[in-house]
Order: sequence, then C-alpha cells, then structure tokens
Amino acid sequence: MIGVRRIGLVSLCLFLVTVGCGQGQSQPGSDDPPSATSAVDSVETDRAAPEVSEFLPGPLGAVEVAPGQEIQIRSLNTITGVTAFAGIPNQRGVELAIADYGPIAGRSVSLGTPFDDLCSPEGGQSAAQTIVADPTVVGVIGTTCSSSAAAAMPLISGAGMVMISPSNASPWLTSDLAGNAGSAYLPGYFRTCYNGLVQGRAVAAFVRDHLGFDRAATIHDGDAFTQGLARSFADAFEGLGGVVTAVAAVNKGDTDMIGVLTGVEPGSPQAVFLPIFMPEGGFVAQQIGGVSGLERVTLVGAAPLLVDNFMELPESEGVFLSGPDLRYGSNRNSITGASADDFLAAYEAAYGEAPSTGFWAHAYDAAIMLLRAIDRVAVEVDGTLYIDRQTLREELHRTSFDGITGSITCDEYGDCGAQRIAVVQHTDSRDVEAGKNNVVFEYAP
Amino acid sequence: MDTFLWIVRVGAIILLIWGVAGTVVQGLSGQGPTGEAWRDLVVAGIAQGAMYGLIALGYSMVYGVLGFINFAHGEVFMSGGMVGFFVANYLWEVRLWETNFVLAILLVLLSSILTSTLVAVIVERIAYRPLRASPRLIPLITSIGISFFLQYTFAGLFGVAVKNYPPPPDSLRSRVSLLGLEIEGSKLLVIVVAVATMVGLYLFVEKTRTGRSIRAVAEDKEIAALMGIDVNRTIVATFAVGGAMAGVAGTLWALLFRGVSFITGFLPGIKAFTAAVLGGIGNLPGAMAGGVLLGLFEGVGPQLVLAGFGIPGVSQLKDVVAFTALVLVLIFKPTGLFGERLSAEDRA
Amino acid sequence: MTGFDLRRSLRWGSIAGAVMVFTCAVGLFEAFEDRLLVYPFLSLGHVLLLWFLPLAGYQATNEPVLEGMEAPSKGLHNVVAGLVAGLAGGIVMGVFTVVVDALDVRDVFVRLSVRLVDLLTHGWGVPGGLVLIVAVPALLGMAGGMLHLVSASARRRLILALEWALVVALLEQVFSQVLRQIRLGAVGDIIFTRRALEWWAALAVAALVALLSERARGGVGRIRGYLFAADAARRTRNSIWSALAVLAFLIVLPQLLGSLLSELLANVGLFLLMGLGLNIVVGLAGMLDLGYVAFFAVGAYTVGVLTSPISPRFDLEWSWWAALPVAILMSVVAGVLVGTPVIRMRGDYLAIVTLGFGEIVRILFLSDWLAPTFGGAQGVRNVPGIPVGVAEIRGSQPVGVLYFAFGLVLVAAWVSWALQESRLGRAWTAIREDETVAAAMGINVVRAKLNAFIVGAILAGLGGALFAAKVGSIFPSSFELLVSIIVLVVVIVGGMGNIPGVAVGAVLLIGVLGGPTQPGLLAEFAEFKLLIYGALLVFMMLRKPEGLLPSVRRSRELRGEELSQDAWLDRPSGDVEVDARLAGG
Repeated sequence: MIGVRRIGLVSLCLFLVTVGCGQGQSQPGSDDPPSATSAVDSVETDRAAPEVSEFLPGPLGAVEVAPGQEIQIRSLNTITGVTAFAGIPNQRGVELAIADYGPIAGRSVSLGTPFDDLCSPEGGQSAAQTIVADPTVVGVIGTTCSSSAAAAMPLISGAGMVMISPSNASPWLTSDLAGNAGSAYLPGYFRTCYNGLVQGRAVAAFVRDHLGFDRAATIHDGDAFTQGLARSFADAFEGLGGVVTAVAAVNKGDTDMIGVLTGVEPGSPQAVFLPIFMPEGGFVAQQIGGVSGLERVTLVGAAPLLVDNFMELPESEGVFLSGPDLRYGSNRNSITGASADDFLAAYEAAYGEAPSTGFWAHAYDAAIMLLRAIDRVAVEVDGTLYIDRQTLREELHRTSFDGITGSITCDEYGDCGAQRIAVVQHTDSRDVEAGKNNVVFEYAP
Repeated sequence: MDTFLWIVRVGAIILLIWGVAGTVVQGLSGQGPTGEAWRDLVVAGIAQGAMYGLIALGYSMVYGVLGFINFAHGEVFMSGGMVGFFVANYLWEVRLWETNFVLAILLVLLSSILTSTLVAVIVERIAYRPLRASPRLIPLITSIGISFFLQYTFAGLFGVAVKNYPPPPDSLRSRVSLLGLEIEGSKLLVIVVAVATMVGLYLFVEKTRTGRSIRAVAEDKEIAALMGIDVNRTIVATFAVGGAMAGVAGTLWALLFRGVSFITGFLPGIKAFTAAVLGGIGNLPGAMAGGVLLGLFEGVGPQLVLAGFGIPGVSQLKDVVAFTALVLVLIFKPTGLFGERLSAEDRA
Repeated sequence: MTGFDLRRSLRWGSIAGAVMVFTCAVGLFEAFEDRLLVYPFLSLGHVLLLWFLPLAGYQATNEPVLEGMEAPSKGLHNVVAGLVAGLAGGIVMGVFTVVVDALDVRDVFVRLSVRLVDLLTHGWGVPGGLVLIVAVPALLGMAGGMLHLVSASARRRLILALEWALVVALLEQVFSQVLRQIRLGAVGDIIFTRRALEWWAALAVAALVALLSERARGGVGRIRGYLFAADAARRTRNSIWSALAVLAFLIVLPQLLGSLLSELLANVGLFLLMGLGLNIVVGLAGMLDLGYVAFFAVGAYTVGVLTSPISPRFDLEWSWWAALPVAILMSVVAGVLVGTPVIRMRGDYLAIVTLGFGEIVRILFLSDWLAPTFGGAQGVRNVPGIPVGVAEIRGSQPVGVLYFAFGLVLVAAWVSWALQESRLGRAWTAIREDETVAAAMGINVVRAKLNAFIVGAILAGLGGALFAAKVGSIFPSSFELLVSIIVLVVVIVGGMGNIPGVAVGAVLLIGVLGGPTQPGLLAEFAEFKLLIYGALLVFMMLRKPEGLLPSVRRSRELRGEELSQDAWLDRPSGDVEVDARLAGG
C-alpha cells in the first residue's frame, strides 16, 4: 500500500517539477544576501509543492515544515585551524547557492549556525551529533576532510539524513569505481567532489601518455587526501607501464624541502607529482631548482595548489596543475543559471577576497543538488510541508543536471561529481587566471 | 636502571653505525644521493640550523636570567617575519626591492627587529614581570598562553593565509663559489649574517656594560642588585636582545623560505628550544652550535641513517631524527653538549 | 585622595579603548555582531566590544579600603571619573574609526573593512556616527563610576544579575535543551527568539538572580559547613552522603541532557580521564610532561588495530574488552620506554624530551614506514564500539558513552585518590618537595617517579581506548601536541594536585570552550578558541595561579607560606621579591 502510494507521490512530484520548470523568478531585493544570479533570469524557484490529501512517511521518517517555518540544512566544513582555507570557501559556496536558489515551496532555506568538522574524526563526530540532535535538519553539505566524514556518517546515515561532500576524495567513502563499496560507505552519503582514484588516474595518464614520461615520483604530506592521491597516482602510473621511482613524504609545517628532494633525486624521475597544499607546495617549487639533478624535472601539482597564493610565486611558472576543470567561466549551473563568473563576482563582493580553493564550485553544486532534490520530493498537506527522507535519498541518486563543475549524475555509491579532470599549464605568475584556463590535457573516465 | 641506559646507549650506537653503513653501501652501488646532493643537504641543514640557533639564543638568554622557558619566543620570531612581510611587500610595490635590494632588505630587517623586540618587551612587561616571584612552572604556563594569544591575534589581524615575500634578486638565487664549494647565494648570506649576529651578540654580552649587567643578574640577582645594577632594566634588556635576534631570524627566514603565516613561529620555536637544550641551556655559543647541529641532524640524518635501513618516506621522519638525537645527547651528556652556563650554581 | 584623579581615569580609559580596538581588529566584533544575546537589541559582538567600559569606569576611582583608614567618600567624583574614562575610551575608538574610514588598510589588516565602519556607526557614516561611538562608551563608563554610589551588596547583586542574564542568553542551547528534556520545551520557545533571550525574559532572569543571590550565598555556606564539619566522624558520614548525591546526580544527568549535551560531556569525561592521569605525573610527582598525548595515541591505536575489521595488518577483530588489556600493557611499555631515559632529567629537560617523544609517536603512526600496520595517513577506520551485554556503546549513542566515561572517570578518580593517600603518594609528595631529602629518607626516587609515569600512561591509554571506540576511526591528526598542552591547561586551570579541581577544569575548558579538536558549548567561538584559551591562561596565571579549586597544600606553597625547595616546580624563577620578603619576614 505504502509503496504504491509513494510511487504515486514521486511521479506526481516529477510531473509537477516538469510543469514547474522555468516558472517564477527570484527577485533580489536590497536586503537579500549576496547572490550570484542577480543578472540571470532563469531561476527555477517559488514553485508550489504538490498538494496531496494525506502523507505517510517512509521507513526513515520525514521532516515536517509548518507554515512560516524554514527548511533546515547544515554546512559542516573545516572553518578553523590550519585547514580552514579549504573549508571556508565550501561554506560560502553553500551560502551563495541557497541565496541563488531561493525559497522552496514558499519556505526559505536556513543554514543555521555553520558547523566545523575541525578536519578530524572527533570533530566530525561531535558536530554530526549536534546536527542529528535537531530532527528538522534535512541534509548536510560537508565535510571538508575525509577523516571527518568517516566519523560523521554513521550518525548522519543513522538519523536518515543525507550528506553531500564538496571535497572528500577518499575512495573508501564511496567505492573503488569497480563496483565494490568502500569500507566507510553508508547510505545517504554523496559527493560532488571527484573520487580520488580518478584524479590519480588522470595525472598518471597525463604524465605517461601526454608527456610521454616513464619515470615519476610523488610527494605527499601525510594527509589522508594527499596520501590517497599519491597512492592512486602511483598505482595508475605503474598500471600504464611507468616506473614510480619514489613515494616520498613531508610533514605539514616543514619548510626545508632539500632533504625530501634529495631523496627523490637518485631515481632520476622525469616528473614529480605533488598533491600537497600550501605552503609546503610552494616551498618545493621554490627549492627544487637548487637541487642538483632536479633542475629540469617537471612538477605536476593537484587541486590544492590551484590557488592564487601558489600561482603568484614566480617559481610556479611551468608547473602543471591537475584538478577540476576550472574553466568554469563558460559553465552554468543549469538550475540557478549562475555561471562561475557570476559566482566569483558575488563571492568577492560578499567576502572581500577570492576563494582560497577551487572547491567552492563543488560546494555550490552540492547545495543546489540537495535543494533541487528537496524541491522535488517535498509535498504539502494542509499547509504543512513534508520531506520524506527515504524518497529524498532515492531522488538524490537520480540526480542529473549540469552544474558549474560539469554534469552531475550519481552512481549507486554516491559519487556524483563530474569525474572530469583537466590539467593546466601555468606560465605567467603575474596572470593567474590565464594559467587556470590554459588547459593542456583533459581526462574523463 | 643503569643497565637499561647502557643498553640504550650501546643499541643507539649500533643502529647508527648500521644505518650509516647501509647508506654507504647504497651510495657505493650508485643508488644513493650524489656527492653534490650531500653537499646541498649539508648546506641547507646549516642554513636552517643557523636560524634555529638565532632563535635559540633568545630562549637561552631568558633561561639564563630568569630560569624559565619562554615558550612564546617562537611567536616573537613570527611577529618580526610577519611585519617584515608587509614592509617588503610595500617596497616591492614601489619597486625599491628591485632597484636597490640591499637598502630594501635592510629596511625589512630593521622593521623585523623592531617588531620582535617590541613584542618581546611588551610580553615581559605585561605577563612575566608580575610573576617573577612565582614558582617556575607558572611563567612557563603563562608563556604557553601568550604563545596561543599571539598566534591567534596575528591570525585575526592579518588573516590566516600564507604570505609570500617577493623573490630575492637573481644574484642571491644563483650559486656562489666559495673555497671550491658551490653554495646557493641566499643560503650563504643567511649563514654569514647569522654568524655575524652571533659574534656581535657575544661581544655585546662580554664587553658592554649592559652585557655585564646581564651576566651579573644571571649569576645572582640579589648581589647584582646590591652592586647597583637595575635588575628590572637588565631583564628588559635581555628580552629586547633575545627579541632582536629573533627579528634577525625572521628576515633570514624570509630570504630562505619566503612564506610566513601565523603558525610559522610554532615549530621553529620548539626546534630552537630543542637546540638550546641540545647545546646546553643558558650557554650562548652552545645555543648557536646546538641550532646548527639540530639543523644538520634534520637535514642529513634521515638520508644518512634511516635510508640505510630501507625505510620509505624518510623525510617524513626528520623530526623523529631530531628529537631522538636530543634524547641520545641528553642520555650521554645530561647537561647538553657544551654544558650549562650563565648561572651554574642555580641548578644544583 | 578623595578627589578625582585625571591621569588614572585617562589610563583606564585608554586601556578600555585598546580593548575595543583589539576586539575590532581581530574580528571578534564583526564575527558576533549578528549573534543576538538579548532580543532585539543586544548582540554578542556589542557585549564583547563594550564589556570593559563599565569596569574601566569603576576602576577609575576604585581605591582599596585599608583597615583603620577612613573609607573614601562616595560622590560626584566617582561618576565624573567614570565618565572621563569612558569618554577617553570613546575618543580612542572614534580616532580608530576615522583612521579606518580614511585609509584603506584592508590589504594589511583583513578585518578593518568598510563594513566594520558601517557596523560601528550603525550606518550613519563617519561624521554622524562618531557621536554614537564616543557617547555610548562615555555613558557606559559613567555607569561604571555610578556603581560606587550603591552599597557593596547591591553592587554585587547587580553584577551577578547581569552576568546571569548574559550567561543564560549565551548558553541558550543548554537551557532550551534541558527545558525540552523535562518537557518544558514550550517555555524555551517563549523566552528564546532566534537563539536570543527575549528582553523581558532577560530582565526576569536578572531580577530573579538579584532576589535569590543572598539566599544562594547562604546555601553555599551551609553546604560548605556540612562538608567540612569540624567533627571528624560526622565529616566522614557527610562526605559519604555527598558522594552518593553526586553519584545519583551523575546517573540522572545524561537523561536530563539529551544526546547533544551528553556528547559534549563525554568529551569532558575523556579529557578528565587524561587530566587525572597527568595530574599524577605533574601534580603529584612534579614532572612536567609535555608529551602526554603519546600514551593516548598508543591506547587508541592498539585498540584500533586489534578490533577493526579492516585493520591494515591484523585480521583479529577482537572485542574491545579483549583489546583493552593489550592497550593498557602497551601503554605501560610506552611509559617505561619514555620514562626510563627521561626520569633523571631535570624539569626543563624533561619537558622538552617528553614533548619530543609525543611528536615521535605521532609521526611514527603517521609515517609511510609503519603504514602497513597503522594505516599511516589513512588511519584505522571502522573501529567497533564497546559491547556491554546485548547493547553496544559507540559514538552514535553519546548517552551510553557518557555513562561509560563516567564509570572510567570514577575508577580513575578513586585510583588517584587511593594512590595519593598511599605510601607511594607520600613518596611523590616528598620527591616533589625535595628530591635530595626524599632520597636520603630511603625513598627510591627513580622507581617512584617511574611508577607515576606508568600510572599516568595507563590512564591516558584507557582514554585512548575509549576514544577509539567512541569515534570509530583513528587518524594521526587527532594526536597533535596541542592535545598534551590542553590536558596540561585543564589540570593547571582546575587546580593542580586536586581531583575535584581537575574535574572543574575539564568541565569549564573542554565542556564550555571545547577541546583541541572537540567543539564545546560555545562552538560559535571556534575561530577564536585558542585566542581565548591563551588569554584565559595568562589571566589565570596572573590572578589565580593555584587554579580554580586548588589543593590546600599547593595553594599554601604558592602563597609562599611554606618554603619549598623543589628543584624546578616550586623554585622561584626570579628571586628579588622573594628574597626581599624573606629578609623582611
């Protein structure tokens, strides 16, 4: 009985969504929060939720939103400590996305107090505890760090909520892309970030096939993210017939990189893959010229170095950087119509600086993905809005739209990101934007 | 108990020899780093160590005079580097950095020294002076508090992003030939400035009136006071001189690594503290030597000892090498390599 | 003496101005400007900006009343001094605003933006808003000065009432949660609007506190009298009753708190466990251990690799209870390995060497070298919970974790207490007081110190084992040096050498402010947590170095009533004042 009714409900929703497409516009008023779409007029909002006479919650329960109340979603990102630079743009991306999307079924969406995952498992767990204590929360955009997600997901999943991460790359959170669930995969987890395996394979393909090198080394910094990328690169590179001469490591906070580079040198690699963050990545680029035998080696960085304060270093010229395709300028989020340029302009206006990592776009798309799914599954009974948790998960798995980062579609383990990697060559430290757009290699699995 | 320590001593020596031998064997079979690579490692280690040494001087002086560890000294160093960055950035914008680098770097050095000195003196006045009569643990804990407070004040004031100094001119980045050794210009400059500063400090402490007061106060405050020395002023002078050394280190840091952020001071601070203990706390030449040795241990140790065991990712373990070296030195020689100085009978 | 001292007023005024400028420049004001405390007019940002002004206004004429001297007369001069101090602070702030507005300094000082000027002037712009910026501080300073005009008890009540109104508003989360838990959630909904206390509710809270404060003082006095009764037999009986009362309270508490606050309190329990261990090492035996986190990590990793189904090397999948003895054993081994070489070192050397060991342990767990066993950067994940009968204690049910943590803490507290009173405990005290004399008295100093190290290591290892089961995944980033430092701060702020003191320290610091990677009640302060930690630590050391709840012996030592000769812990670091005092006394 319930199943039939739910299918009926879902199809009704889908019907109404199709009808509702293109209706209504957001009217940015003077008091509105910054919005990336003020110049765009194709925003799909203010659709009324389907009115049904009765609502029966699914096995995971449902969120009720009384008239006049707000729909609650949460941000769970690293906003303090040394990794804050990675999490703050995520949170702001979510804020801007909510402003752009506008109200759902006449109810505005609230982000509440931003939560901090502290880039640690215990931080993720404590924050998740706070989040699940509030039964009105529908879903979470986060975490920034994979270690936090590992400890937060049992709570989030157990409470029937969903979590969409803009920057977790660890394969064990979803799957190995060969149909095997990761050890920490739990239903309700999604991400718009690419799976780290893809990034590793992309760089391996670039170094092996595009550059034609057969000897490469990697340097990571002991972070789950960077170590995972280094590992998957090494595996993929060897799979392509290359030789990994060294898997070296530095520590966060290290400044003198001569030691690690000297250890890399004896294998005489042609390229060094460097998935590490600033400032350590900057130190490597600055000091590698002074290490005999490595003067001519090709450096390939990853997304953490696709940031202005690395690309402004004169020594970063000539470095290849792999990451999400940052030529977002031409991409538009098909739901809000916001383009990357709109977003960046709104970001600068609101926060007085450019985003410190490229994952803002993933955060923006993640938030839109959640809002769009809520919009599609919400039903109204006697003025109360119901969001069924099970239906929401199913709807998220069916996600399909074009985001700023590319096409967003989910596999059965929640990998939804556009698994498209671009490698750019950075040539002029005085023109960072040109570097971000100078794509020399593209990879899609 | 003593047997245990002997086992540790003998075991350490055996492991050391084994590791070095392994590396030598690797080197002979052509797998290890080349001769030039070893030279680079040694030079980089000495340059980094010279900076540890300069910071360690501040720890050692304060310890000698007040007998407590000023944990916040790393932040004094960071403050100089941070303010120096803004001066350097301004000079870069007005193009003085390119047209007259010597003048520019002197201005940066001056601002860095002034800031560090000022921070050190203010901290002494507000936080440490009221605690002179307390047990030693109290000012130590206070200094941990000051350390956090300064870090996050700087984070709040100037933002958390890493700030990159403008690049030094090409002449500093190319290699200079010295006694048949090719050394990178900036590293040579760092080593030369550090040695010059050290000599200057030594002369200051040994020859000037203030220096004599510092030594007298370190020896015995009460008698120094009876001899007509203004103890308060002398202690301020100690903090100021230690701060100035940290300021010099801040500018040298900028020449060598160019990136500063609010946590830049923390790890070098701890390393410098280690260096001060390594060289014999309170002993000024010892602090400098301890710094250079620690830099060498960190720079060369992982490659020389650990790589011989076939351990992967040895650079990750360089702090393990540094701290193990500290433990071993203290096991073999409990008062540090060069013994304690300044106020020996304090430590009975 | 009774007149008003202009220089004093100006000094306090400029300090108040500096506090305001600092609050703006580090971003505290702007960050909390939209967090309302009292609906609809008072925000947390404004409280942080302005709190110092009444204090400065009061201090501008605050003279200590000396015994046998005539109390200074109260009158207009108090008010004028307060006004002048407030005005001075306001002028500092006004100049600051003008400077920020005129010069674009945001490239250097990231928080000094146009928005800040807007907020400070309430959107009136620079010439107009300046009136506000000068007038409000002046009035607040005057209000501070006026406090002199009322009687001491009225003043105390007024301040207490204000404090409580702000505390209730600030801890809205706790109050509304507890109200919900006792089925009075509706009351919470009425008195709180958008996380802020309604203005009339704030007044009501203030009035209630003002009325009840005298009675509460009497109550505290009675409890104190009850606990510290003169008659020894009665004291024992009373303390048994009060222990039972505390126990009953602990049993009921998690039910009152709900899962969210239980989570915070479970973190408190974890740090309390470690605090009790470190208290033995630092507080009783007098060894400054800055690498305490090493044992915590050893306990957590041992449990992790033995119980996790995806443990990198082992395929054991033991239960937590089976892994626990191994974890404790490994902690003991680590304690002996670290302790033996360092124990003969003097305090300062011991501090840096233990710090080094803490870092060594963390880096080894992180390293690629040992990654085949400990997972390296990818950590040990999927650690199961603690099976208790049919149930399982794990992080997703914080109430269960809280009960378990309470249990462990009670055991640890009992062990600490028993050790403190034992022969070994007296040996520790003797060593701390004077190592040479202790050795001469026949105490085996090295063995006693090593025992302290081992007991401390066991408690930390226990904490690590609980942590592993609670969090379910172990990453090296959880074992930073900061953990050691924060545990030390808990012990010292609470009151070194005193078990209830450590408990108070853990609740206040970990529960309210938050741990190194644990949020506290005031999670919104996260960005400024360590700034506040730092300031608090300095303030405590300057004002109350013996801690909030000091042990009687230590506070006597610190007040100099007892001559102590311990090599490092109690040795005065600068002798001039002490010597002068000794010469005089």
